[in-house]
Amino acid sequence: MQPGDEPVPLIEVDELEKTFRVARHHQGFFGAFRNLVSREYREVRAVGGITFAIEAGEMVGCIGPNGAGKSTTIKMLTGILVPSAGRVEVFGMVPHRRRTDVARRIGVVFGQRTQLWWDLPLVESLDLLRYIYRVPESRFRENLDQFRALLDLDPFLNTPVRQLSLGQRMRGDLAAALLHDPEIVYLDEPTIGLDVVAKHRIRDFLRRINRERGVTILLTTHDMIDIEQLCSRLLIIDHGKLLYDGGLEKIRGRFGTERTLVVDLAEGEVEDSAPLAVLYAREVRADGPRRWLRFSRDDTTAADLIATVASRYRLRDLSIEEPEIEAIIRRIYEGNW
Amino acid sequence: MSTRLYWEIGKRAFQRQLAYRTANLAGLFTNACFGYLRGSVFIALYQTERSIGGYDVSAAVTFTWVTQALIMVVFLWGWWDVEETIRTGDVVSDLAKPFSYLGFWLARDYGRALYHLLFRCCPILLIGEVMFGLRWPTSPVTWAALALSLTLAVAISFAWRFTLNLTAFWTTDARGIGGLASILSTLLCGLLVPLPYFPDTVRRVVEALPFAGILQIPADVFLERVTGAGLLLALGQQALWAGVMLGATQLLVMAATRRVVVQGG
Repeated sequence: MQPGDEPVPLIEVDELEKTFRVARHHQGFFGAFRNLVSREYREVRAVGGITFAIEAGEMVGCIGPNGAGKSTTIKMLTGILVPSAGRVEVFGMVPHRRRTDVARRIGVVFGQRTQLWWDLPLVESLDLLRYIYRVPESRFRENLDQFRALLDLDPFLNTPVRQLSLGQRMRGDLAAALLHDPEIVYLDEPTIGLDVVAKHRIRDFLRRINRERGVTILLTTHDMIDIEQLCSRLLIIDHGKLLYDGGLEKIRGRFGTERTLVVDLAEGEVEDSAPLAVLYAREVRADGPRRWLRFSRDDTTAADLIATVASRYRLRDLSIEEPEIEAIIRRIYEGNW
Repeated sequence: MSTRLYWEIGKRAFQRQLAYRTANLAGLFTNACFGYLRGSVFIALYQTERSIGGYDVSAAVTFTWVTQALIMVVFLWGWWDVEETIRTGDVVSDLAKPFSYLGFWLARDYGRALYHLLFRCCPILLIGEVMFGLRWPTSPVTWAALALSLTLAVAISFAWRFTLNLTAFWTTDARGIGGLASILSTLLCGLLVPLPYFPDTVRRVVEALPFAGILQIPADVFLERVTGAGLLLALGQQALWAGVMLGATQLLVMAATRRVVVQGG
């Protein structure tokens, strides 16, 4: 690297687009015949111009409603899908042109699928990966031993995969995706359908893999807790567009400008039904003496608001509620932040 | 080379069949029943004829049991393992692997075929021997030629089945095509009757088709109906079709993966 050069990102995506042609089906009995003779297609834009870059060692979470384009993006990053437009580079290579070269250096888990051999004991699927990726025997043993401990695989290592619980299978799939020391791991909904304990175990594992081995991780999820506990960076995708790319804290600042001051009024301070009248804040909820006042960062500070309210009413208690991240995300999807 | 990889894949395909012992027993019973039925029909047929198409009664009965025994080795009907992965989307895991997609499935099929050779073909031949008495090969050369012929038969049948499965990349109803395909292969492989039973002009065509290499040629090798130069020619025909069809299949795989690529699968 020349002095002064920027570090080259591991993953670079530039104005990436993917449009599918979907056959339009005619309804009803005669419609079925029309389907046979004339096929009409409509274009569905799954990914509509996404740009981002991921550096080595990052752990990035990607969220978005079903059909937002997350999985399609991951498939383009692995080279299984060819983009309709735009540019994608992984390790400086175009994935769909050099799928095999890219495949050697990445691991993928599609949460609703499995790469494990259904009828065979888990260990057989894991062992086969040694030959698929040509991992040296000693390195393979080392990795397998570590994953056995971290993911607690031993109780079901010799059980046929079809008999595993969803959580056990996911642990097996995670081990399978990582045995060949990939530099990047793509996880498409790795915690889907799992109970709290299983989710916790998998998050612990991912955190360690990222910190101790420096594996770059891009995961998609619907579970904000995955993001809050794992990812320093968040991508929000909806309708094929990147709505947000940044830290979790920043998102509260940018989209969650409204906070709520909750006050408990002293007894007999106001009539039960009378709303509080305070400049820059509006009462959004009342429950007896407890009142919720919503205010925006743009209008006033929390300190000023508290001072104003306290000077006008006698208070017993107060607290400030930050907006819940889920609520913010929901408002971003709905397009009214 | 990654010979070891494909060996390991084949080994696992063999192992996974072991999970279906009951299914194999049921299939064994069915194959034996039809062997008995077909054998009896042929014996009745030969009440009036000494020889049909060059087969006398013991050759015809042996032909029946050999083809019956090989049905599952070449997996004549209803193999939809690949189509299923395409339909469910599990295919993405296989496509995200650094190996040959065709090689992966071919290795799996050889592992499976070996299982069916040992646990389906051999028992059926023994049952046929007990019930009817078969005409066994007399020369060690025949056994060697048979091994080669079966290896090529599996390759040809695999290429045919794999092609049918790959249509799932284009249509959501690949199995519909499969119905027609199994009638074709039943007739053209020589399962229903030996191909030499057909009238001469038809016979010349069907004997040259790849389907002949799936059952007819291995059975004729077993019966030592083809020997010397004829044997080499028969094996050569199988090898040629195996090469051509696997080559074509590879082209189809490339077109199909481009298709996933364009259409999203």
